[in-house]
Amino acid sequence: MISRRELLQVGAATAALAPGGWSRAFAQQRMTQADLLRFEAVGNVTLVHLTDIHAQLMPVLFREPSINLGVGDARGHVPHVTGRDFLDLYKIPAGSAAAYALTSEDFTALARSYGRLGGLDRIATVLKAIRAERGDRTVFLDGGDTWQNSYTSMLTKGQDMVDCMALLKPDAMVGHWEFTLGAERVKAIAEKLGFPFLAQNIRDTEWNEAAFEPMTMLERGGVKIAVIGQAFPYTPIANPRWMMPNWSFGIREEDLQGNVEKARQQGAGLVVLLSHNGFDVDRKLAARVKGIDVILTGHTHDALPDVVRIGRTLLVASGSHGKFVSRLDLDVRGGEVKDFRFKLIPIFSDVIAPDAEMAGKIAAIRAPHEKMLGEAIGRTETLLYRRGNFNGTLDDVICDALLTERDAEIALSPGFRWGNSLLPGQDITREDIYNATALSYPAAYRTTMTGARLKEVLEDVADNLFNPDPYYQQGGDMVRVGGVSFTIDVSQNAGHRISDLKSLRTGKPLDAAKDYVVTGWASVNEGTEGPAIWDVVMRHIEKRRVVAPGEAGRVRVLGT
Amino acid sequence: MAVKPRMKLDKKEAKKGDLVEVKALVSHVMESGQRKDSAGNTIPRKILNKFVCTVAGKQVFAADFEPAISANPYIQFKFKAQESGPVVLTWTDDDGSTIVGEETIKVS
Amino acid sequence: MIPNFNRRQALALGAGAVTVAVLGASSGPALAKNDSDEAIAKFTGGKTPAQGKVKLDLPEIAENGNTVPMTVTVESPMTEQSHVTDVLILASENPRSGVATFHFSPASGIAEANTRIRLAATQDVIAVAKMNDGSFFMARKQVKVTIGGCGG
Repeated sequence: MISRRELLQVGAATAALAPGGWSRAFAQQRMTQADLLRFEAVGNVTLVHLTDIHAQLMPVLFREPSINLGVGDARGHVPHVTGRDFLDLYKIPAGSAAAYALTSEDFTALARSYGRLGGLDRIATVLKAIRAERGDRTVFLDGGDTWQNSYTSMLTKGQDMVDCMALLKPDAMVGHWEFTLGAERVKAIAEKLGFPFLAQNIRDTEWNEAAFEPMTMLERGGVKIAVIGQAFPYTPIANPRWMMPNWSFGIREEDLQGNVEKARQQGAGLVVLLSHNGFDVDRKLAARVKGIDVILTGHTHDALPDVVRIGRTLLVASGSHGKFVSRLDLDVRGGEVKDFRFKLIPIFSDVIAPDAEMAGKIAAIRAPHEKMLGEAIGRTETLLYRRGNFNGTLDDVICDALLTERDAEIALSPGFRWGNSLLPGQDITREDIYNATALSYPAAYRTTMTGARLKEVLEDVADNLFNPDPYYQQGGDMVRVGGVSFTIDVSQNAGHRISDLKSLRTGKPLDAAKDYVVTGWASVNEGTEGPAIWDVVMRHIEKRRVVAPGEAGRVRVLGT
Repeated sequence: MAVKPRMKLDKKEAKKGDLVEVKALVSHVMESGQRKDSAGNTIPRKILNKFVCTVAGKQVFAADFEPAISANPYIQFKFKAQESGPVVLTWTDDDGSTIVGEETIKVS
Repeated sequence: MIPNFNRRQALALGAGAVTVAVLGASSGPALAKNDSDEAIAKFTGGKTPAQGKVKLDLPEIAENGNTVPMTVTVESPMTEQSHVTDVLILASENPRSGVATFHFSPASGIAEANTRIRLAATQDVIAVAKMNDGSFFMARKQVKVTIGGCGG
């Protein structure tokens, strides 16, 4: 099959930018909004997909992972291809704008040249342009992780995002972090959204009945389109179940098959799964559930410049943090996709003009907090980032802060895939810390754990990430550690991946029976006590002024 | 303990031969007999060990429960509508007492 | 990662402020083999059940080991001539394997039941169906009981 991908016409077709070789102004001259939006339209339906924006209203620096290991059947396949291999696979020139947007290669230098990506006001511009061109053929879908993980979203319990997204008029959305606002808040928002909040895979724990609408039927370009929604299946495990005690999630493959069949019976010519499963789960699901034309994937934050085809199903991966918007044009005839064309549109914030209405809304939301959020509390000497399977440098700062401020031997920090990047020499603002930590269960706990228990925790999280069967994976990355080192063999079975667990302080192996003082944050337990993690990290940085994280913890990786 | 179960039929009226779904919930600790109290003494087992559903007097479904059934046991099953009459659910406790719930199905 | 330190306490459902797990739970290494093989042999009279016909629907990962929803369905016309009589449900690594036995007849119309079960650790749930002709069919499904999560 020929690739029906629109090239990222941002330096990809021409000579790449030598890292650091040109000024920022020169780099930007080479791109235009028209280039970024250029698309040779196909067919009668245009799907526009935005996902995992994590409440980032403003443009971001976000370094894609340099390590993203696949296990089992996923080993070596996208999205488990990073850096230079990714560039080779998609024939993207090193140093190009696309290389910067999609990989970690030369990130610091290229970030200085190409600037930030994202911003909901730029996304609004792109969406309006597509709608202007495609009119009633357009469907806009929000893949979730939209309402949480910034300061203003935390403060307003998601209202800032709800109000801004309302201007974009999505046709439907699904959720994951949304549920950490608590079941009542989610229901209250969902009832007033004006578009459906879908979840075919949530039932009430009492009567085993659907808690949300499973699907919505749209008519676009003369095609009846069924959009089926899939919430993150492991929300009550990966996030606090006590916040949604009466809802049970899960993959619910058979229910999904039933909904697809129902959609077809109701005359759907196109069946779209708006999914927050994570890419590997969706890849497996696409091979097992029959009759889905398109899966708009989410959760695992993968940005792929081309669709992945599994049988007759097209998988789209639209990245995270507002860096990209996907456009998928489809020619749907007789209940079949006859042709398609795809483009992952990078939202270069210096190239795409902000939409005035959205920019005004964002400014109004931020105005009361702008001064506080912009306050520099320190500076970083090195690149700070989180994304990647194991400790990122930003996590090292958080673990250092936890160890110091909570006076503990061992620190644990969740392997969230959200959290922006900071360049060497950059001021660290309060907003930067909120963007890495803002959630509704922030207590930085201090407790004791035996060495055996700690190993159990590490094994357990490792299996959530490296179980060869994607249905047993939860997305996210490995728990970050401070104060300890360990070896992980990702090719081993559950319970046998972690070895050589040592204290960095003493250099000695952890004693299985001995109690250690452990600190961490984002515990799923109700009633967890401790100061908010952002306060802990800010205090630490304010004292240090300059952070140059070393290794807070050390991980040796085998079996790749 | 006069426990009143909660039950739901997915239809009150059915055509002969239709499948009728029954869902039922009952409050019960389902003490496994494998736990110890703070003094280290085993807490005696006390579970609902048997469940029977009759429709118009005829058994359509039954279950034996072990301690691995969750507290506040939930049961969901179907039966084939044959004749109108009471749908009676009966749970039997280890102590011999029973909990009974009843609805009516009309079959045409 | 969000360690759930209180899982053992959380598992200790029910009356009394006790901190010992309901079923001697441990999330650590597999527990010693329980009596599931013996229970199957007793149920089948020593016959080896065939694969197929039985479908077990359980979550891949339990949200709460204390109450894991389980549906078993057995393919059968459920006529007088050909029907399912009993379905045995076992847990491979609870301290004791027994979970439930469901009894069906042609009056059931369909051999399908759903209940909620306790799973002390990651393990297989097993269903063995007995047909009225004396044949047996079996299915198993692994359920992971986890202590930590990674919330993407």
